[in-house]
Amino acid sequence: MAYKIIASQCSGCSACEPECPNNAIREKDGVFLIKPEKCTECVGYFDDPQCVAVCPVENTCVIDKSVPRYAAA
Amino acid sequence: MVDHSTEAPGNAGAARRRVFQIVPQGAPKGNGGGCGTKGGGGKTGCAAAGPGDLPPALWERIKDHPCYSEEAHHHFARMHVAVAPACNIQCNYCNRKYDCANESRPGVVSEKLTPEQAARKVIAVAARIPQLSVVGIAGPGDALANAAKTLRTFELIQQAAPDIKLCFSTNGLSLPDHVDAIKRFNVDHVTVTVNMVDPEVGARIYPWIYFRNRRWSGTEAARILSERQLEGLKELTAAGVLVKVNSVMIPGINDEHLVEVNRAVKARGAFLHNIMPLISDPAHGTHFGLTGQLGPTPAELKALQDRCEGEIQVMRHCRQCRADAVGLLGEDLSADFTLAKLDAEPAYNPGARRAYREFVEKERADQRAAREQELKKVAGAWPGLKIQVAVATKGSGCINQHFGHASEFQIYEVSAAGARFVGHRKIDHYCLGGYEDDEAMPSILEALNGCAAVLVAKVGHCPRRELEQAGIEAVEDYAHEYIGASALRYFERYLARLKQGAAAGAA
Repeated sequence: MAYKIIASQCSGCSACEPECPNNAIREKDGVFLIKPEKCTECVGYFDDPQCVAVCPVENTCVIDKSVPRYAAA
Repeated sequence: MVDHSTEAPGNAGAARRRVFQIVPQGAPKGNGGGCGTKGGGGKTGCAAAGPGDLPPALWERIKDHPCYSEEAHHHFARMHVAVAPACNIQCNYCNRKYDCANESRPGVVSEKLTPEQAARKVIAVAARIPQLSVVGIAGPGDALANAAKTLRTFELIQQAAPDIKLCFSTNGLSLPDHVDAIKRFNVDHVTVTVNMVDPEVGARIYPWIYFRNRRWSGTEAARILSERQLEGLKELTAAGVLVKVNSVMIPGINDEHLVEVNRAVKARGAFLHNIMPLISDPAHGTHFGLTGQLGPTPAELKALQDRCEGEIQVMRHCRQCRADAVGLLGEDLSADFTLAKLDAEPAYNPGARRAYREFVEKERADQRAAREQELKKVAGAWPGLKIQVAVATKGSGCINQHFGHASEFQIYEVSAAGARFVGHRKIDHYCLGGYEDDEAMPSILEALNGCAAVLVAKVGHCPRRELEQAGIEAVEDYAHEYIGASALRYFERYLARLKQGAAAGAA
């Protein structure tokens, strides 16, 4: 699995973008997106997924269950 | 007496401007103005009232900065460029999801800018507003949580318009990491928001911080934040940067504690302490708004500001403006300067600003002289008597606004010691279609509560009568004259009536 950003909740603040160790986050139409193929859930980099840790809106960066778990992939 | 409609020399975009009025050189012959008339005392009631209150070198650095000098805020405009949307902490008085173009408060913007767009906007605004002296980065997030964008913006503005001062505000969490860069980009003024120095208090204000790649919460978060704020403050002041500390007064949480904050920031070299009221409304969706936490009343705010006043100056003229505000404090022209409305190739023209600064220099000297002259007339009269007087002004240090057009009133405390600015009162609604607006009046009367008089350029019969019934005298006699000296002249008149026993007593 990877993380995804729920677009309707994203405030577009950009805080997550520079924190992502995989450069998996980019802006589109004022909100931010995670490229699932690039997301490692921060495994190997940090204890916590950085997008989740820095996001000002709770429950906006969440696990995307439609994508296989990173470590298992 | 003074025609306030003449434009400054070289102001090409004059036709489109609607608010800024420049007083022609040498025209005013009115009577002094401004705030606090103590010379050489070293302490004043408000942020740097005049050159007599500060060492000359320091005065030179702040005299044209509307936020750092109360006197300057009548004459000079600021603009915020919203290049810093990200934040690294969460505050209980902030909700990053909420945005409203019609509201004026921190954290709100209608469009975010890239550093390049920001530089273009600065040049465009500067070309049309010669009063512009300062560009600040105040979010809508935290300037240093977006350090790359913030510093790039400073670099571009400095290249494009070197005569404009740069400043920014921060929560201080990243401050110690950027002191060298701040010096490198010649940023002379920095504002750090410090709401507590006790982690127990902090835990009630900050649910979490993001620091060193993880989220911290509770007292641990507050402890880290406080340590970083105070460390950054100390390093910045040691590097010669002027630091203003902002504190949000949250009754029942940090109101008493801010006296301690005041001591702590003073000890680390802060230049100015700005204690602001909590803005709290359920509609904003903030934690404090939703939990019914109230902000202080104007009287509570003033009492705390009075307690904190001492060796460090206390700022009372803050308007808690938007992160993309443009104009004099207390007005906002940001809607006139959206990207879509900017000129394609705005030209850099420092000449108009230089001419304006020279004019203001003379104007301020004139206002001070007139004020001192009035002060002599009331010196020693009725010791201990203080009255509050409200003023309708749209800038320039003059009483130059119609009562019905005012969106705020400036409040002056007047005594035989001088007329000092003690705050402003916003009114919820202001009249656009006439002067008999019944809906507006109750909130205006509330805003003017405690004032003996309101000094205006003009006032209609009905509001005058309603004001009178509420014990507030509406005075047109000083229309277009200087604020400070007029307040003193009103005080003189008030004293005379007191002595005759004609006045109904101190308001």
